[in-house]
Amino acid sequence: MIKNFLKSTPLIMLVFSAVVLTAPIWLDPIGASYPDLLQKFAIFGIFAVGYNLLFGLTGYLSFGHATFLGVGSYTAVWSFKLLSMNIIPAMILAIIVSGIFALIIGFFSLRRSGIYFSILTLAFAQMAYSLAYSVLTPITNGETGLQLAQQDPRILDSLAGVVVKDGLPSPNIFGLAIPRELSFNLFGLDVNIGAGYLGFYVAAIMLIIVFYISLKIFRSAFGLKLLAIKSNQTRMKYTGFNTRPYLLTAFVISGMYAGLAGGLLASIDPLAGAERMQWTASGEVVLMTILGGAGTLIGPLLGATIIKYLENIFSALNPTELHSIFSFMPEGLQNIMVTIVAPFVGEGWHLTLGLLFMIIVIFLPGGVMEGLRHLGNLVKRLFGFNKTESSIESISSVSNTSPEGEAK
Amino acid sequence: MSNNTNNTRRGFLRASVAASIAATAPLYFMKSAYAKCETFRNIPKADSKTVTLGFNVPQTGAYSDEGADELRAFKLAVKHLNGEGDGGMVKTMKPTSLKGNGILGKKVKFVTGDTQTKSDAARASAKRMIEKDGVVMISGGSSSGVAVAVQGLCQEMGVIFMAGLTHSNDTTGKDKRRYGFRHFFNAKMTGSALGPVLKEEMGTDRKAYHLTSDYTWGWTQEKSIIETTEALGWKTVKAVKTPVGAGDFSQYITPVLNSGADVLVLNHYGKDMINSLTQSVQFGLKGKKVNGKKFEIIVPLFSRLMAQGAGDNIKGILGTTNWNWALKDEGSQAFVKSFGKEYGFPPSQAAHTCYVQTLLYANACEMAGSFNPPEVIKALEGFKFDGMGNGPTEYRAADHQCLKEILVVRGKEKPSSQFDLLEIVKQVPRSDVEYDPKIFGGDLGPYEVC
Repeated sequence: MIKNFLKSTPLIMLVFSAVVLTAPIWLDPIGASYPDLLQKFAIFGIFAVGYNLLFGLTGYLSFGHATFLGVGSYTAVWSFKLLSMNIIPAMILAIIVSGIFALIIGFFSLRRSGIYFSILTLAFAQMAYSLAYSVLTPITNGETGLQLAQQDPRILDSLAGVVVKDGLPSPNIFGLAIPRELSFNLFGLDVNIGAGYLGFYVAAIMLIIVFYISLKIFRSAFGLKLLAIKSNQTRMKYTGFNTRPYLLTAFVISGMYAGLAGGLLASIDPLAGAERMQWTASGEVVLMTILGGAGTLIGPLLGATIIKYLENIFSALNPTELHSIFSFMPEGLQNIMVTIVAPFVGEGWHLTLGLLFMIIVIFLPGGVMEGLRHLGNLVKRLFGFNKTESSIESISSVSNTSPEGEAK
Repeated sequence: MSNNTNNTRRGFLRASVAASIAATAPLYFMKSAYAKCETFRNIPKADSKTVTLGFNVPQTGAYSDEGADELRAFKLAVKHLNGEGDGGMVKTMKPTSLKGNGILGKKVKFVTGDTQTKSDAARASAKRMIEKDGVVMISGGSSSGVAVAVQGLCQEMGVIFMAGLTHSNDTTGKDKRRYGFRHFFNAKMTGSALGPVLKEEMGTDRKAYHLTSDYTWGWTQEKSIIETTEALGWKTVKAVKTPVGAGDFSQYITPVLNSGADVLVLNHYGKDMINSLTQSVQFGLKGKKVNGKKFEIIVPLFSRLMAQGAGDNIKGILGTTNWNWALKDEGSQAFVKSFGKEYGFPPSQAAHTCYVQTLLYANACEMAGSFNPPEVIKALEGFKFDGMGNGPTEYRAADHQCLKEILVVRGKEKPSSQFDLLEIVKQVPRSDVEYDPKIFGGDLGPYEVC
């Protein structure tokens, strides 16, 4: 009874929404609660959750997903330039256009499976990157990146009579500028959203919506069929299923997730650069998913958070700050600690990420989520909980409907 | 299972209606989103003892050597502002309001970031400085693409950007911003300064081939150099764009050999220039005879760090720089002395411009008596100063570009030390490189952002 209640969709969504929307508060102690990083957490969370729908469910490892992120960004910026600074049409267009790209790339790539599929997606991604970087400079503005200009037509905005007086216009939702501070009165309660946090809340709400969709897909007949493709595609074909349409649907959906993430990136910062489509960016989302736990609901989100945290916080630490972190230690020990830790922070943050990734892959093939599950079991055994489960456990066990991942 | 699918549909509808109401809720209850500025972002409180500056430089990528030197200069500038060390240019700057006790009595602290020579990464790192570390000013750069991107961000966020090494015409041209200031010179000035020297040394009947870094700086420099040389009577055979950080330029250099060109213009910088120049020399371009003339290579934007990287290949090659450590004026001497004492070698032009920018920002705050950006901007606009290494200099109010003398240099044939690599051919006075700010278009934007 209790177990079923803990696994029910409304409860999971409630807990998830609460955790996401209060992120600015509980991420504060580790120095990660400033708007830009919070926005990145949410946006790359969406990216990874979408990627997981393909990789986690069907086992098809795409090495070119950053293409859709880039396409989404470019589409959104063009929508700002040509149509309106409102982010709603920008996001819708970003999803549609990246969906079309995913349909085309998926149609060809999905003719093969395994390593050949990965190579094909990588090839398409490199092609898209080179096109954006040099060949299509009139559309993408090459290395400099696509930016807004005051003279842009913005047809819908000018029809609505919006005049930009000086400087560049900001992306907005029906007049609420994304980067600005916002105060309003909600049922007699004064609410004040600091500058930049509106962008986070927009991204967070999108994250909650797409997480809900992802949860529903995981628990649907469609999701089950995708899992069947992962566990034994040949047998599935023998039973009379044509697997290709299912795979293509999953590929397009995850491409649209990436497009939404790209559109959001452009909405909080209206600039699109080709480096967003580079193979390193495609590799990053694979890392995020595997690090967090492929095939689990929450895992990719955790992976995205960990990687973005390392990238933004660890890369900015320098020896002076390390000294103040270890200041509780005696002088000699402090110096030794700083010497040991220094190569792993600042420019060396990739080293930390690499080590972490190796440890996870070797000891916890199921990612951070597997670690949490072990921890949960340990706690249960130690304290003799047999009937109730922790909330993390309840979310992670959603994936237990799947046969244990092929990684084992 | 069927039970589940039913739930999906109904649940989905319910959730999407709820979400759309939640998303648009602010619209129904909004009072006013816009108000006149009362406070500005990150201004230190009256009782705060410190003020924080942000230094955003490339620590990885094609321009990392310049970035490392810029960071050294920033650290030195902070020291001098806080009254430590020998004071450097704080002593030689005229007129000055600096007191050597920080800025407006607050001790200067700084945070650093890595731009990775990528616009996305640079903006992320600048945002971190503004939102998390609370900086009042961001300086740095190396790569105009990054400078333009960060300058735009700083305008949006209302934080002053003192551009470091950026040479594109766009930075103070089409993409100029009220909150952005550039001390460094630009491609247009390079063209004006280089023209007469090229005419004198290479004549008026030349065929030029351009290899150009494929981004804003390369584009504008190529355009400015072509304008200058075609005015001399030169022909442009071809202009080829190369990706930044390519590493191997041989596929671009081979076609030069059979193109009939007798001058190669390398619109490259940093490690790109080191690679393309070295490979051009390996392909035997230097010293070759074409059309009965000696084949020449020009590197319009030069720096000592690049000369160091390119070794012997640099000998005899013409270019321009913003500043060189061999200058004999009082300001340059003071700066070279204190930089040398701190790090054991002379500073590069990138270091010089970043050091000067930091001092100029601090000085403008002192002049304005406040950290409020509109007042600091007004103090900087039209500010005339001297004693900073480039003779009498003015921050032009119309486009936030510094106007001053610049140098035409040549790679030395017989260097006396590993740092003495460039000889100064000509000190081009300000009047020869000045231009009308209107030619590039663009708009500075508002003073107040909140």
